[in-house]
Amino acid sequence: MNGSALIETRAMTRVLPGPVPVTLVRDIDVTVGAGEFIAVTGPSGSGKSSLLYLLGLLDRPTEGTVWLKGIDTETLTEDGRSGVRLARIGFVFQFHFLLPEFTIIENVLIPMRRLGGCPEGEMRERAAAILDDLDLAENLERRPHQLSGGQLQRAAVARALANDPPILLADEPTGNLDTKNADRVTDIFQDLAHSGERAVVMVTHNPDLAARADRRIHVVDGRVAEDL
Amino acid sequence: MKLLLDIALTHIKGRLRQTVLSVIGVMTGVGFSIALASLMTGSQQDFIDRIVNSSPHVVVKDEYRNPPRQPVERHYQNGAVSLSGVKPKEELRGIRNPKPHVVSLNGIPGVAAAPNLRGEVVMRYGGKDVSAALVGIEPKLERRVSEIEEDLTAGFLDDLYTVANGVILGRGLADKLGVEIGSTLSASSPAGVLLKMKVVGIFHTGIIAMDQAQGYALLKRVQVLLDRPNVVNAIHLRLKDATRAQGMARRIEARMGYRAESWQEANQGVLEVFKIRNIIIYTTVSSILIVAAFGIFNIVSTITFEKVRDIAILKSIGFEERDIRRLFLFEGLMMGCIGTILGWVLGYVLYRLLGAVRVEVAMFTEWTRLPVLFSLTHYLIAGAAAIIAATVAGYLPARKAARLNPVDIIRGTT
Ligand SMILES: Nc1ncnc2c1ncn2[C@@H]1O[C@H](COP(=O)(O)OP(=O)(O)OP(=O)(O)O)[C@@H](O)[C@H]1O
Ligand SMILES: [Mg+2]
Repeated sequence: MNGSALIETRAMTRVLPGPVPVTLVRDIDVTVGAGEFIAVTGPSGSGKSSLLYLLGLLDRPTEGTVWLKGIDTETLTEDGRSGVRLARIGFVFQFHFLLPEFTIIENVLIPMRRLGGCPEGEMRERAAAILDDLDLAENLERRPHQLSGGQLQRAAVARALANDPPILLADEPTGNLDTKNADRVTDIFQDLAHSGERAVVMVTHNPDLAARADRRIHVVDGRVAEDL
Repeated sequence: MKLLLDIALTHIKGRLRQTVLSVIGVMTGVGFSIALASLMTGSQQDFIDRIVNSSPHVVVKDEYRNPPRQPVERHYQNGAVSLSGVKPKEELRGIRNPKPHVVSLNGIPGVAAAPNLRGEVVMRYGGKDVSAALVGIEPKLERRVSEIEEDLTAGFLDDLYTVANGVILGRGLADKLGVEIGSTLSASSPAGVLLKMKVVGIFHTGIIAMDQAQGYALLKRVQVLLDRPNVVNAIHLRLKDATRAQGMARRIEARMGYRAESWQEANQGVLEVFKIRNIIIYTTVSSILIVAAFGIFNIVSTITFEKVRDIAILKSIGFEERDIRRLFLFEGLMMGCIGTILGWVLGYVLYRLLGAVRVEVAMFTEWTRLPVLFSLTHYLIAGAAAIIAATVAGYLPARKAARLNPVDIIRGTT
């Protein structure tokens, strides 16, 4: 086990039980370190999303282990895993999943308020600062339906960053965006990884975007075919 | 917690019309159950009050609860004696020489006792024959035992002492005979005695059986009329605390041997009817609440279906199952609580309206207003039932939503 690794997996396998068991991923050994910007690529159905869910503790491997900052996640209860996701992991998906009834800033405040530990006013300031960094200062009080696709996706990134997690996991975050917006989101991820102790793992189909990552993990048939 | 409430509120606002409908459902259930309960307990209490006020709390009767033990049994106390087919001797019924009994009963603290002799007579006035129960009383004792004096609408109880052969009649009976104060009627008994009696008073109790067919006269006169000198057939008791009637009746019976009946025992049948009536009412009300609960269940389920994406993202952000469960439970509870509060208001309004309705009902008693009773217990019970129903109705979909696997939803949403 690598001491400086944020996430490390060993022989991680996930099989969906059933009359015909489906193997999502098999024998995955990956290490994600701080400051790394990693792209996950591979054909459709190869298991990229499944891998990301496992790294982000949304799913449990059926075999093998996942360490998160040196903690064997096997030992965590379901609530313990929720706690880790809340404080340590940020997710961005292809769909923004913003709550439609809440304004953009309120959406960013949700993970902060759930974690608690600081006054409401301070949270607001922090949320506004994050949104400002992502060029959304004008849209704090707007509702999701009033924003463009690119803005929505940046708002989703802001929410993922709400509790300043060391790990950011993104599953085709640019899948619904045009080239310009896709580039912009990728820039943001790159900055986030390089400006500090954060690790960013991004699943993408776009070779140009993948090329900008420090490392590319290529998944085929649920296995890591290449890790460069 | 506040965060969950905020989210719950947005869900409810998003389904305002449906929410309002199920809140109305809860409100109706709570409101009507309070109104019905106040009416039910009100009429029950009214009836009991009337019994307690207008009839004796304990009646010592001229009969025995069990047939007397036969001499052979008394003699062979421990012998294996069994008698069958015993025919009790035809005794002339009545409590003979009641005076010492009455005096000793009046000696018990908190007890007033008065002797009573009651018999059927036929009253005749102006060619009209009406049969009625004539009750012989001792006015100075009777006024402490019954409310006859307060129920007089004309005349005085003491006139029975001063006017020779005075009689006091129920209003309905007087109307049937067509008599007024001062009229002289003739009363004849099965014993063949005929007595001219002068009407000195009219009473109205509100209890139909009494007003239509009962009269009072001096005990001595009635003993003469019925040819039963120095005999009474009941001693009526009034207690300071009517609720202690049953225990008192048991003690008196043990002491005197005569059957002593408490008002509860005498009215057992009616009290049983009340019980059955309450069961029917509460069943009806519960079913209103169950329907309301279905409404809540329906909305909360709909919301959980509608909001699967939100549930999925909240769970992936790090909300625990418990948080999601609480979120939807809150929604059910909010509807339950708002419905309950509105239901309390509705219940109170209905209670006031029902209490103001003028009615002419003649069942056991005459009412001019519906008797309603205000009791906080009704509000608490109805509220508790509604909130329990809302909790169950919210909990079931909440639990299902909380168990949802976020991965399944996120995979399906692109
Ligand atoms: N619940 C499920 N039941 C059966 N098969 C499943 C289920 N979930 C995923 N799979 C299968 O597992 C494999 C891996 O799925 P996954 O979503 O990880 O692929 P992916 O690489 O993310 O694909 P894409 O690029 O299309 O998003 C796919 O073949 C998929 O059909
Ligand atoms: Mg995928």
